[in-house]
Amino acid sequence: MLKLLFFARLREDLNCHEETLPLPDGIATVGELRDHLCQRGDNWQKALHSTGLFVAVEQQVVDWETPLSGSEEVAFFPPVTGG
Amino acid sequence: MILVQEQDFDLQHEYETLRQDGPGIGAIVTFVGLMRDFNDGDNVKSLFLEHYAGMTEKVLANIVNQAKERWQLQAVRIIHRVGELHPSDQIVFVGVSSAHRGDAFAACEFIMDFLKTRAPFWKREQTDQGSRWVDARSSDTDAAQRWNKN
Repeated sequence: MLKLLFFARLREDLNCHEETLPLPDGIATVGELRDHLCQRGDNWQKALHSTGLFVAVEQQVVDWETPLSGSEEVAFFPPVTGG
Repeated sequence: MILVQEQDFDLQHEYETLRQDGPGIGAIVTFVGLMRDFNDGDNVKSLFLEHYAGMTEKVLANIVNQAKERWQLQAVRIIHRVGELHPSDQIVFVGVSSAHRGDAFAACEFIMDFLKTRAPFWKREQTDQGSRWVDARSSDTDAAQRWNKN
């Protein structure tokens, strides 16, 4: 199972902090997972294409071509604002 | 040492811990970031800091490792607070010890510049107009990028 995490503005816009999801058929990369999630509705489409969006796999920021095997922790979040 | 915590920290205690780390230390540089009561022209009454537990600590450890590769450092201590904060509250502490001040100054600034642009923290602020997520600043990205040039 994939463990999906959403933080900050994304968590609020999607009303979701965490969910588990079996790797959907035909999904092999982080970018394809994003496209799959965007089919859930306009708020997903908008949130997952927001400016400066980051995606992390196993707590490391990656690019959209990164492959998924189906047992990773995948986190989506907006630009960071700590310090 | 990297800590992400709700509770406040004591600068003197952090300094003493760095100072007593060994007689080879010739310089300690510390930075403390505070909560301002203004942002983007509005009064800010309080702030809520959210983070990605687990990843935050990994990112900070990675930044410290990069600093240690770049400069001769004895020790680095980072404390970042999360949860609700109010104006003048301490948010973040970075302390760096080294044999020489140049390394300590540079490493402390490097760590803060990368903490601001890489560590997964997010601020939500409460203003007179309501509550809003703080936007990332391009000036912070520029500050981190200048370290790539030299």
